[in-house]
Amino acid sequence: MHCPKCRGVMRTYTRSGVHIEQCDNCRGIFLDYGELEALSRLEAQGPGWAAAPPPAAGTPPVQVHHHHGAPVHHHRPYHGGGVFHMLFST
Amino acid sequence: MTGPVSPDISQPELFDLLAGIGRERAGPGGTPPPEPLYDRHGVLVVRVGDVVVKAHQADRGEDPDLGRRVALAGDLPELFAAPLGPPLRVTGGFGERTVTVTAFGEPVHPDDLPWRAAARLLADLHRRPVPPDAPGWGRPARVARLVERLPDGPAAGEVRRAFATLPAWIREGSPDPDPAGEHLIHGDWHLGQMVRLPDGSWRFIDVEDLGRGDPVWDLARPAALHSAGVLRPADWTAFLTSYRAAGGPAVPLLGDPWARLDIPARTLAIQIAATCVISARGTDRPLDEAETALVDACTRISRMVA
Repeated sequence: MHCPKCRGVMRTYTRSGVHIEQCDNCRGIFLDYGELEALSRLEAQGPGWAAAPPPAAGTPPVQVHHHHGAPVHHHRPYHGGGVFHMLFST
Repeated sequence: MTGPVSPDISQPELFDLLAGIGRERAGPGGTPPPEPLYDRHGVLVVRVGDVVVKAHQADRGEDPDLGRRVALAGDLPELFAAPLGPPLRVTGGFGERTVTVTAFGEPVHPDDLPWRAAARLLADLHRRPVPPDAPGWGRPARVARLVERLPDGPAAGEVRRAFATLPAWIREGSPDPDPAGEHLIHGDWHLGQMVRLPDGSWRFIDVEDLGRGDPVWDLARPAALHSAGVLRPADWTAFLTSYRAAGGPAVPLLGDPWARLDIPARTLAIQIAATCVISARGTDRPLDEAETALVDACTRISRMVA
């Protein structure tokens, strides 16, 4: 397969079970349908000890763009209490 | 004649001295009254008009590399609101302290967290060439010191058990025996280390840990808070995606970033949990929701490794 941008040779890599074609020349990357979503799920997951995602956030499909007026699950404020210190002090 | 001293300042003599230094350095246009910005953990920060004067923690002030760290930040004005000159040494009834003066910048507002801008700034820092004389950032030494200070009790026990899962070099406060890569890193990054200049652009402050090290440690705190379920998932995704898009070298461009992030995230989760347990005990109050989430993360860490 050749790169659609620069005609370089594309090489196939497998990262965490996802196939990625990367151009040897321009380093551009081609992802098949659904692969970007698979990668996004991986990075959002966390390590083995991560907290389970909140149920409200886990059920709907991943929203890539957030627009004003889009209904979002409850947003706890970050200011006040322990979470403020965790974000803002050493 | 010094200005009126705020009654809740822990060290009035030091406050007056910092205010005096600030008045000398403040720009023209009169000097507004000195305003304490931070007064905790032996650090005092005072704003006087357009400058901020910081008395560093007594035990950190003797870092022989601080001058080089200040100079390093001064060479990166597009990344750091660096001290306006070399560190000063001042003495008084409070002992001997290191003081730096920095231009004032607007801190982050808790309702509008600059995750994307922060990630881009970190990626930019991590991509800079490392000057040959750059000091080492040190090591993740805070976690061992804090776990040492833990009181008794069930929450403290959970934190101690999680600490036991960390690699020996972190538990012992030794240097990383096998650093994955050496870059310039901030060394103590969190959202309190960002200020906004009048033109709207962001800069890092606090150069005390700036130096050569493994950049994944600069992502450790948000990774820990995400793993503990404290961050909104969209915030973590915005941060990590922006870091990768900006070419940040700490995690691979694609694929699972957690092989790199796991140990630093675990370390910070334990460090933050220890801080919470110590702070709650010190003021005799129960842990709040977020603090409990961090202790719960410690429980999951030791269960996973056991």
